[in-house]
Amino acid sequence: MSRIGVFICHCGTNIAGTVNVSEVAEAAKSLPHVVHVEENKYACSDPGQNAIKQAIEEHNLDRIVIGSCSPRMHEETFRKMLSETSVNPYMLEIANIREQCSWVHKEKEVGTEKSIDLVRMSAAKVDRNVPLYSGEIPITKRALVIGGGIAGIQAALDIADAGFPVTLVEKEPSIGGKMVMLDKTFPTMDCSACICAPKMNEAGAHPNIEIMNLSEVEDATGYIGNFSVTIRQKAKYIDYDKCNGCGLCEQKCPSKVVSEFERGLAQRRAVYKPFPQAVPSKPIIDAANCRKINEDRCGVCHKLCGADAINYEDKDELITQEYGAVIIATGYELIDWTKLYGEYGAGAYPDVIDGLTFERLINASGPTEGKIVRPSDGKEPKSCVMIKCVGSRDPHKGKAYCSRACCMYGAKHAHQFLEKIEDGECYVFYMDVRAAGKGYDEFYMNTLEDGAVYVRGRISHIYPEGSQYVCVGEDTLSKKLVTVSADMVVLDTAMVAQESADTIGRLFGVTRNLDGWLTEAHPKLRPVETNTAGVYLAGAAQGPKDIPDSVAQASAAAAKVIGMFCKDSLESNPMICTVNEINCRGCGDCVDVCPYGAISTQSVDRRENSVWVTRTLAFINAGLCQGCGACTASCKASALDLLGFTNEQILQEVDALCL
Amino acid sequence: MSVDSTVQDPKQDTATAEDAKWKPKILAFTCNWCTYAGADLAGLNRMKYPADVRLLRVPCSGRVNPQFVLHAFLKGCDGVLVCGCHPGDCHYATGNYFTRRRMLLYRRFLEYFGIEPERFMVKWISGSEAGKFRDTVIEASEAVNKLGPNYKYREEGR
Repeated sequence: MSRIGVFICHCGTNIAGTVNVSEVAEAAKSLPHVVHVEENKYACSDPGQNAIKQAIEEHNLDRIVIGSCSPRMHEETFRKMLSETSVNPYMLEIANIREQCSWVHKEKEVGTEKSIDLVRMSAAKVDRNVPLYSGEIPITKRALVIGGGIAGIQAALDIADAGFPVTLVEKEPSIGGKMVMLDKTFPTMDCSACICAPKMNEAGAHPNIEIMNLSEVEDATGYIGNFSVTIRQKAKYIDYDKCNGCGLCEQKCPSKVVSEFERGLAQRRAVYKPFPQAVPSKPIIDAANCRKINEDRCGVCHKLCGADAINYEDKDELITQEYGAVIIATGYELIDWTKLYGEYGAGAYPDVIDGLTFERLINASGPTEGKIVRPSDGKEPKSCVMIKCVGSRDPHKGKAYCSRACCMYGAKHAHQFLEKIEDGECYVFYMDVRAAGKGYDEFYMNTLEDGAVYVRGRISHIYPEGSQYVCVGEDTLSKKLVTVSADMVVLDTAMVAQESADTIGRLFGVTRNLDGWLTEAHPKLRPVETNTAGVYLAGAAQGPKDIPDSVAQASAAAAKVIGMFCKDSLESNPMICTVNEINCRGCGDCVDVCPYGAISTQSVDRRENSVWVTRTLAFINAGLCQGCGACTASCKASALDLLGFTNEQILQEVDALCL
Repeated sequence: MSVDSTVQDPKQDTATAEDAKWKPKILAFTCNWCTYAGADLAGLNRMKYPADVRLLRVPCSGRVNPQFVLHAFLKGCDGVLVCGCHPGDCHYATGNYFTRRRMLLYRRFLEYFGIEPERFMVKWISGSEAGKFRDTVIEASEAVNKLGPNYKYREEGR
């Protein structure tokens, strides 16, 4: 026979103000198996907890109900309290009489009646609680960071500095991501490469960081503390152990291709480093454009390489490694505006470019050495139109969300254009100027003072006229049509999620929202965690972000990982599914339902009625099960049950309500 | 045999006196991560809504076995709500997809059984949708109040 103690919290006047606490306590006394009822001023406070502990001792209670605030608030607090008593922490139910009664029902009788119902339901449930014990999960103290942009680099450095090994996986030939493509960063106008490249080098040289360039995550299994991840190391055709990065091969390669890094403004070779500061500072061979690999001709690089590092026979390699935690930092891509905005020329006008291409144009290490020229004829543009929100805040054509960084990089581009071009004219067409951030609005104001003309409105279409582009739009403040002829147009296009984020999200069980951004566990209170324990988010993979936010989030994710790695083992959640082997008929329906792959069917030899039989049974991996209970509802034989929320407990609650 | 539409359920006659002080009893199965959090937020915002709905917390709407719903109706619940995260936002990735399909079928099944479909609602309420939670409670309460007590299949002696 269970001995239930019921504790009703006043929460000051939060509960007692609109719920007659004494009446609730009085009603609780008559509930089955309730042996002790007590009111408490603040149950969560130290004196409140001590009173509960004392009552447990005095009345020999073996389970308790606390009528208080939401269990989402203090369930953990009270479980911790119980762990210091003789009562198992899971012999606890909380009746939410604050958020669901006192705060939402003004009339005292109504709130009191509902509180009594809720306490009765909790008492009925707790009557069927059983002690649960968490197990221990060992931790592999090695982290995997997916994506080598500034967020990935920062996270990897932080974890590595704490003394834990990190693998940094990057799908491109070099780490650095988008940041290393930028010229300067707002609002301080730091040279982007000057602050990014040292970080890249630090990561490259760090003894705890292993950089895997030209690699992609192919498969992942396991759970927090124990992920097993398979990474595809694509063929680089260069033996990195032998290569000394002299760069001779790159100079002599006869095969020229458009450079992705330079956004099509320059060419690279088939054997190449995307940019001089690349990390690892060794080239790769782009097999699709290599004459030796495709046509078995040339082979110049092999002949010239003094280190004998060229290997045309190189193959993709699959590497499987154990990791304790994963940080996803896959970043963003720019929306392909050429497919969406026919009115802006759909990419047919060479001088209508996106912001990242403009960054390469004004970059001192870019193809023009920082001289702004028109891609079409190489002449200096005297006037420039910048259009914001191309693809952002445009649910009909692009994305409904704001890409956050464009207002500021648009202002930076305008500032840089006016700075570099004497007598230059710069028109910025905007919807709103969103400059929330430290020093951001001041920067925008300075841009206005520089002479940038901000026009509120959108450009409806662009057409070429002579060597210029005519931009037709509306100034919504003066309610007039405006036409601006410009030598160059820069589109501040929307950030969109990387396509690979979808695959990676699926591999690790991290949901994507409708726009493809990976979803955090809680938008405010758990912004870097995901709903898969042990998997964290950093940077723009979670949503559009600028550099400071990406770096901050990366360090936050790293702190979470380091915090976990500082423990020797993890406590597992004991509220997981169990199989009743007698009822289980091995149909395997639950296997398909489980989102975590925690259930498998296994053949078991058993002795039944003095005969050895082989039966198929569901088997639950306690480490993988997250306790959602989806399998329990799918089980036709009712063989599966969820500890902490058993069928019996739920039905008890239902019965108690319907009394 | 023809059915005389004027003949009433005998139970209903005896219960008319009880009906006067009848208050609807609506059970809401709410997932821990979205709807329960939304209800907490409604409390935090001091929203007012009818006291007819009692929440039963489950980890995921996918945990709700249709048998629980039937059980509630048999025991005399006047209405049942099943609430979870929006499809695509399930804390457990896919749980509510199963709920969606399962409960859609189940609603028709209940209708076939003779339980008014208005007594059974499935709603997606996220942790930030306190207003939607309040509106859902109001909607359910109004619907059930309009229908009156649920005597169908109610076990004897209750």
